[in-house]
Amino acid sequence: MSDASTALPRRLHENVLLGVLGLVIVVWSLLPIYHMVVLSLTPPREGFAGHLWPVNPTLANYVTVLTQADYYLAQFWQQLGNSALIAVAATAIVLACSLMASFAISRLRPRFGSLVSYLALVAYFVPATFLAIPFYQVMGTYGLLGNQLALVLCVVAFATPYAIWVLQQNAHTLPDELDDAARIDGAGPLQMFTLIYVPLMLPTIVAVGAFALMLSWNEYLYAFLLLSDESRFTIPVMLGQFMADDAAPWPLLMTSGVIYMLPPTALYYVARQFQSSGMMSGSVKG
Amino acid sequence: MTTPATNNALAPSADLRRRGQLLSFEEAWALFFILPFALVFVLFIAYPIAYALYLGSDLSAYPRVLTDPIYLLTLQNTFVFIVFGVGLKMLLALALSSFFVLPGRGVRIISALFLLPWVAPHIPSILSIRWMLNSDWGMINTLIFKLFHVDGPAWLTQPSYGMLSIITVHIWKYLPFWTMIIVAARLGIPKDLYEAAKIDGASPSQQFRYVTFPAIAGVFLTSTMLSAIWSLGDFNSIYLLTGGGPMERTNTLATMGIRYAFRKADFEAGIVTMMSALPVLVPLIIVLLRRLREQR
Repeated sequence: MSDASTALPRRLHENVLLGVLGLVIVVWSLLPIYHMVVLSLTPPREGFAGHLWPVNPTLANYVTVLTQADYYLAQFWQQLGNSALIAVAATAIVLACSLMASFAISRLRPRFGSLVSYLALVAYFVPATFLAIPFYQVMGTYGLLGNQLALVLCVVAFATPYAIWVLQQNAHTLPDELDDAARIDGAGPLQMFTLIYVPLMLPTIVAVGAFALMLSWNEYLYAFLLLSDESRFTIPVMLGQFMADDAAPWPLLMTSGVIYMLPPTALYYVARQFQSSGMMSGSVKG
Repeated sequence: MTTPATNNALAPSADLRRRGQLLSFEEAWALFFILPFALVFVLFIAYPIAYALYLGSDLSAYPRVLTDPIYLLTLQNTFVFIVFGVGLKMLLALALSSFFVLPGRGVRIISALFLLPWVAPHIPSILSIRWMLNSDWGMINTLIFKLFHVDGPAWLTQPSYGMLSIITVHIWKYLPFWTMIIVAARLGIPKDLYEAAKIDGASPSQQFRYVTFPAIAGVFLTSTMLSAIWSLGDFNSIYLLTGGGPMERTNTLATMGIRYAFRKADFEAGIVTMMSALPVLVPLIIVLLRRLREQR
């Protein structure tokens, strides 16, 4: 009984502490993004003022970006289109390759299956940056330098191993009886793949597809190395050009950054609804 | 679809193997299904790796790199970046996971916002931080001046502050991912373990020490190793923030390798620089392969 008198203040105390911690987490997480939005609403000439909130908020930067009315942004729409096209193409190939491979490994169980999944796992671990130099040179050998296909293939190379790994882990949860029943009904591997495997893996496909789309949309280093013509740039390469000088109109950089950030952010939160376990599931399975 | 599946439908592939066939019916199909990935792997992963090893076998590049004082500084920076960047990040992730496993709407909303740094593309958010940290006109030093009436430090143009800023940005960007990995592992711990511990009179810290930590130690270790590997390849947190400067003094192996190859057009030196991470990278990859294979 004596606990009752102290329990309430203690719980209040705990809740206040948790509230403060929550606030710190939110401020820490959002500050750079808040700063980006503030700068995007700041008149271009006041970019150097270090305002903590928009003092003379204006949408003028958004008009400038969307009408491509600046030297740095002369091909904004083209470059946004490039980013989207490359992301969609890469994701389609990633899904095709990874679905087929994971189906073979986990459902057909060939003797060489474990070797393939081993190699996929190694490829998943290798940091992409460490392959940038030879990848660039190999693309030169293939005659693909400057070609957007090179960037598509780069995303395919780095996203497919992860996709295989995640799909394979989820494929093990499908009961073997499904395949056995299909075999008895006379279905071949092709039917088992299209009629059973792909439909049942749909939630994982959404997660893996969203991952590939985001990887491609965000890729900077490889895009910067592999693409040379401004009309072929993706948005990250265009944004990177602003770093060249401090006199560049950074409020416009931040404005295009906000616009560029919206699709992956929206996609992520939608994909998260779709698969409750989240997109990270399977990436580090204990 | 007319596949000659019917006559084989009931024959288990093991039987065929015993009869001495090279490939069973389904294995032949498996080969077909694996072909696209096999092509991608050979053309865009295995060949570049082989090519890198070939370029790296050119011994004449080693003296060039090893006698460059910037290279030695880069090694030191890489060590600091990995030890503090990964170490602090994983400890913070472990600590914060205790917050994010709590039930309630508030925590769910905060966890959605907390994920934003990880979800948002690198380029605009890191460039935003670069502008915030500008010592002359950035938001942070403006705030410091308003609050304390002193000039804030040169966050990006003084090497040790530069490394501090780089590590902070790296943690900002990747903390959410690893926190959520640990949260997912903690949510998988059976509830009755905690109930049993409570009945035995275990305090919250004892519950963490004797129930939570042993249950997630494996995931935590795997995550830390994986994070160390990937952090070695973190190019953006450095390049977009300080560009490796001032005077090339905040480079890591990743940015320095790219710099040799593409600024100085010395591909061999670039490869050699990247390859100096192999003595750490290869053992980590081998241990990780073993761990992930066993746990499945």
